[in-house]
Amino acid sequence: MAKMNMLQAINNALDIAMGEDDSTLCFGEDVGHFGGVFRATSGLQDKYGKLRCFNTPLVEQGIIGFANGLAAQGSRPIAEIQFADYIFPAFDQIVNEAAKFRYRSGNEFDVGKLTIRSPYGGGIAGGLYHSQSPEAYFAHTPGLKVVIPRNPYQAKGLLLASIRDDNPVIFFEPKRLYRASTGEVPIEDYQLPLGKAEVLQTGSDITLLAWGAQMEVLQKAADLAANDGISCEVIDLRSILPWDIETIANSVVKTGRLLVSQEAPLTAGFASEIAATIQQECFLHLESPIERVCGLDTPYPLALEKEYVSDHLKIYEAIKRSFNY
Amino acid sequence: MSSELYNEGPVVHKPTFIDGTSVEIPELKILKQDGSVYEGSDMPDIDEALAVKVYKTFVFHRVLDERMVASQRQGRLSFYMAALGEEAASVGGAAGLKPQDMIMSQYREQGALMFRGFSLENFMNQMFSNEKDLGKGRQMPIHYGSNELNYMTVSSPLGTQIPQATGYAYGQKLQGLDAVTLCYFGEGAASEGDFHAGLNMAAVHEAPVIFFCRNNGYAISTPSDEQYKGNGIASRGVGYGIKTLRVDGNDILAVIKATQTARKVALKENVPVLVEAMSYRLGAHSTSDDPSGYRTREEEAKWQANDPILRMKNWLLAENWWDENKEKALFEKLREKVLAAVKVSEKMSKPHIDTLITDVYDVPSNQLKAQLEQVKMHVNKYPEAYPFTAGKF
Repeated sequence: MAKMNMLQAINNALDIAMGEDDSTLCFGEDVGHFGGVFRATSGLQDKYGKLRCFNTPLVEQGIIGFANGLAAQGSRPIAEIQFADYIFPAFDQIVNEAAKFRYRSGNEFDVGKLTIRSPYGGGIAGGLYHSQSPEAYFAHTPGLKVVIPRNPYQAKGLLLASIRDDNPVIFFEPKRLYRASTGEVPIEDYQLPLGKAEVLQTGSDITLLAWGAQMEVLQKAADLAANDGISCEVIDLRSILPWDIETIANSVVKTGRLLVSQEAPLTAGFASEIAATIQQECFLHLESPIERVCGLDTPYPLALEKEYVSDHLKIYEAIKRSFNY
Repeated sequence: MSSELYNEGPVVHKPTFIDGTSVEIPELKILKQDGSVYEGSDMPDIDEALAVKVYKTFVFHRVLDERMVASQRQGRLSFYMAALGEEAASVGGAAGLKPQDMIMSQYREQGALMFRGFSLENFMNQMFSNEKDLGKGRQMPIHYGSNELNYMTVSSPLGTQIPQATGYAYGQKLQGLDAVTLCYFGEGAASEGDFHAGLNMAAVHEAPVIFFCRNNGYAISTPSDEQYKGNGIASRGVGYGIKTLRVDGNDILAVIKATQTARKVALKENVPVLVEAMSYRLGAHSTSDDPSGYRTREEEAKWQANDPILRMKNWLLAENWWDENKEKALFEKLREKVLAAVKVSEKMSKPHIDTLITDVYDVPSNQLKAQLEQVKMHVNKYPEAYPFTAGKF
């Protein structure tokens, strides 16, 4: 075990992946010598050479197109999109190409070895173009997996599983936690399962569900509620697509209440999908309407970020609203 | 910034533009329409066996296109895209490669796949989306692909294969393979962002990829002069620092020579090459298109006189490698074979209902399995509404 922040844990996972397989490549804007603007790929070019870890030109559609070709060829590309806000030029290569590669060819070809890493989310005074949480766009695309870790231990284990998974995976990294989140991380190789949620705290009155950086906020709200005698079950979804309906439904059957929180705007966010599925699965067990605590339906603000975000106080109020319904 | 990355031109002291069309690009021509060869031509590496194989592929191509357009007109097939008049670009490109080279095509390069040996049955099964289709009946007709033949499955979005070809070739280079990637696209697709992304990345990362542009004059109804303003697509290769060659796309010997040379250069120097083949789409864009709405008969007639297949036939006759009896017999035999194959393939069953959810992921998720079960229950309830799958679980 070693104490690592999330960037070190990610760097460590990339190092293991490149070390075990000569066909694993890391590339993206500023990813080479500089090690990425957040330094997630630090030292990899020195260790594995310029042919396997390198800068690309500034062209997101090119980065993912190139990665799709590499994966189809049999290499294992790990492509970095510098900010999730800049993933949209690559939307076609992700949604129409990577996600459909295996299906459309009848399994003659696939890009299962592709992993896309990208920092997402707010809390860094990044305004509307360095704060977005675009997971719902990709969750609407069959063929992709979407994974989001909440701390360094999760980041390493989930990233290694994503890299080795035989499907294209988008791995969104909560950049607010890159250095802020530290913890004990095994030095050795390990994986955490994709498509499985994790129950972090058991409780009996309400299920609180979120992912990524929002888990910290959720826990803070659960602690506040505990002071009021409300027992919260706290769950990290971890995989947005495919998502673990069973774990969430089992929890809601037990607690009778569900609150989902996300950084992204409310309308058509992934919280909406969860709410729709859980009311279908657990209708007769629900004691109150499912609460969604999300960003506003506006672009991500700068000066008024505090007012915009789904912070622990907004979640705490929603817990009480649900409990007292 | 490294100063090696631009050539220092003459220093001037008043604004001096260079003209956007001033780059002069030579065009390779070897074979004349009468079948004779231009004097001093550098011939491709081609013997009688290869020449006859190319020509037989041409004939198969013509027959298949003719019969499938007819089948679509008869309402037997939903859609088709012929390549009348530009067969030399696709067949010639494949003929200039080695079998281990990857071909990533757009959608009008069935000739390359024919040359590689994709069977008539495979073509038919794909077009009729039946249970034997390698693509499992998921894509519209003409979206072929074959792992065995190193021919990437066609996808409809235009130009997406261009940066993918760069990545594919980069992987080939890293693994030290004796293989390149050839990427086909049209002059219309060269307007897509992916074209610029793919070429620039190939140049910067030194990928052994041959970008093969079929400039056939039209993107559906849009003529090239409403598509771009520079000196063809070739001039852009120069801008990206890519070795570039323009070739007469109706001249099979020139296309083979260009591709053979491009392959050697790409492999030896680990660099991309851009080939622009100048041709003309004599037929409609697809069976859903009618060119009489946007161009004249006179214009078409000019290009009919440049038929690449007739040009090759004239050469073969002069070489004594072909004769009119062989020609007649081959056309007759292939027409019968294609007709018979249509009759078989159109009657075959549709793919099994389980293929609704396979290949979305490596293994279907629980959600997908549950959704399939719901569909099956529904089909069982209303079997007459779902004749392809009812009773066939």
